[in-house]
Amino acid sequence: MEALNDFLARRGIYTLVMILFFLGVYGMVLSKNYMKKLMSMNVMQVAVIFFFLCFAQKEGATVPILVPGNVNPADYINPLPHALMLTAIVVSMGTTGVALALLMRIKGFYGSVEERDVLRRASK
Amino acid sequence: MNISVHAPVFIVLLPLTASLLCLFCSRINRCLGIRLMQLGIFGSLLSSLYTTAEVLRHGGATQHYWMGNWQPPIGIEFSLDPLNCAVVCTITFIALLVSFYSESFLTEEDWLHSGGYYTLYGLLVVGLCGMVITGDIFNMYVYLEVMSLSGYGLIAMGGKKSMLAAFRYLLVGTIAASLYLLGVGYVYTMTGSLNMADIAVRIQPFTHTPLFAFAVACFLVAFGIKMALFPLHGWQPDAYTYSHPGAAGLIAGCMSKVPAYAMLRFFFFMFGVHNVVMSNLMNVLGLMGIAGILIGSFMALAQYDFRRMLAYSSVAQLGYIAIGMAMGNMYGYIGAVLHIINHAFMKCCLFLVIGGITYRFGEVNLYRLGGLNKKMTVSTVAVCFAVLSMVGIPPTCGFFSKWYLMLGAYEGQQYIYIAVLVVSSLLNAIYYFRIIEQMFVQREASLTEIHSPHTKFGLPMSMVLPIGVTGLGILVLGIYSMDIVTKVIQIGLPEVLLR
Repeated sequence: MEALNDFLARRGIYTLVMILFFLGVYGMVLSKNYMKKLMSMNVMQVAVIFFFLCFAQKEGATVPILVPGNVNPADYINPLPHALMLTAIVVSMGTTGVALALLMRIKGFYGSVEERDVLRRASK
Repeated sequence: MNISVHAPVFIVLLPLTASLLCLFCSRINRCLGIRLMQLGIFGSLLSSLYTTAEVLRHGGATQHYWMGNWQPPIGIEFSLDPLNCAVVCTITFIALLVSFYSESFLTEEDWLHSGGYYTLYGLLVVGLCGMVITGDIFNMYVYLEVMSLSGYGLIAMGGKKSMLAAFRYLLVGTIAASLYLLGVGYVYTMTGSLNMADIAVRIQPFTHTPLFAFAVACFLVAFGIKMALFPLHGWQPDAYTYSHPGAAGLIAGCMSKVPAYAMLRFFFFMFGVHNVVMSNLMNVLGLMGIAGILIGSFMALAQYDFRRMLAYSSVAQLGYIAIGMAMGNMYGYIGAVLHIINHAFMKCCLFLVIGGITYRFGEVNLYRLGGLNKKMTVSTVAVCFAVLSMVGIPPTCGFFSKWYLMLGAYEGQQYIYIAVLVVSSLLNAIYYFRIIEQMFVQREASLTEIHSPHTKFGLPMSMVLPIGVTGLGILVLGIYSMDIVTKVIQIGLPEVLLR
């Protein structure tokens, strides 16, 4: 019990993030529908964003805002990963937008976003 | 206030500005947008040449450009040394040629189509150049995504099957980008820094930890996917085959070389090659390279679509770069760098020619190109140079990169690489010489002309010139390869190889 507690406290969140990441990859590989593949891709991207946010945390630290008395780096959490992830979120939104546009064209051209139908029509 | 100190940032700033304005200018006049974009890329070429001259004038010392004058490790910097100067000059030169080349494909399109094409094209150039000259690993992620997203767009513009190819590439490319971001996260937790030069110093105490191994593995897979290294190349043949014929030269020529360059930068300049993790990783990379060379060559043998054959040949050629890195010594490194530059020219030339054939005849089957030497003289001569270079016949540049790779393999006593290089050269000869045979020996195939030529070269001048220049470039790079090695690459060797 002690060991489990210790594990969950130290590694629990990272384990969950890793499961989420590979869940996304699994979905991208195995789902038969392009829309579902796209959604799994978003799950994978969110896992990476969570990973950055997790390692920015510190125990007993506060928000990184300049107020009197909040000058010691140990007292506030690291703001840089959050700033990086703002960029990554924008990028993932852009990727999703491009992917949705492509899906609309695929739907218009092949009449379906099911992998089976699309491949059958593409091979004709 | 001297404007020339800002030359490094103009390499990305000029095409970026031009591509943002391109669509509006195209609305006013279709030609204005195209010219604006070409002007932007030309400016980018000039600034990269100026920067290269500046770096060489300082004896190869790294030149730094600090964004907004924030000093690293806090600020983002562009750091230019002889290695990335050589690569960025290659990219901007090819980009300029291909931007003239693709005009002819867009003459019948409306303003939205041509403006959109050139906007994406400019953003692709921004991404490629930015990835090469940046000195910050998160900044590199942003440029990687700029490159990838505009690349997806250009591939999707190719026609019928291209949407599917682009969508698949998008899925796989996003896995690569996510893994790269994970790797950045691990490096950041170890070192607390995102600046490459800073990381190179701070990461040394961690080089035996599992965390370091995991980060390096993430980077290997991420760049491996982007550069289409053998088991990770599944997206590449479709993407190259169905991409827009105008942009295929840049996509095939540069889009896979830049991740290869980034891998070189990470492994040799940041992580070092003399620790346990990296030497194991080099073995993996070497195996991937060998498998890629052999399987890529055999797959290329089996193709009858010219473009798909070139795509599989790219898998094999990227394997050369991989084994050059895997040797981990000076000659292997020089061979890898030289092959990045040379292969960009060779593959660009071949894709420009097949684009020209598609433009005039709408034909991509390589067994239906008989008697083409009479119809398209310049193009077939350029193909000859490119093919000889691919096989590795001396005055052309392909020979010299293979020569350095062999020297590296000999010095490291990894004789398996020499055997693979010889076998793959023979395979290259088999599948490339049949093109020459078709074009020069076979009797004339009955081809229907879609666009009949108005010039005596068989293609519009804006297409003949880039083809001729890349064909000549292969020869020139070969003749001056000694100068490139001693005056540019050797003065910018990474520190790990000098010990």
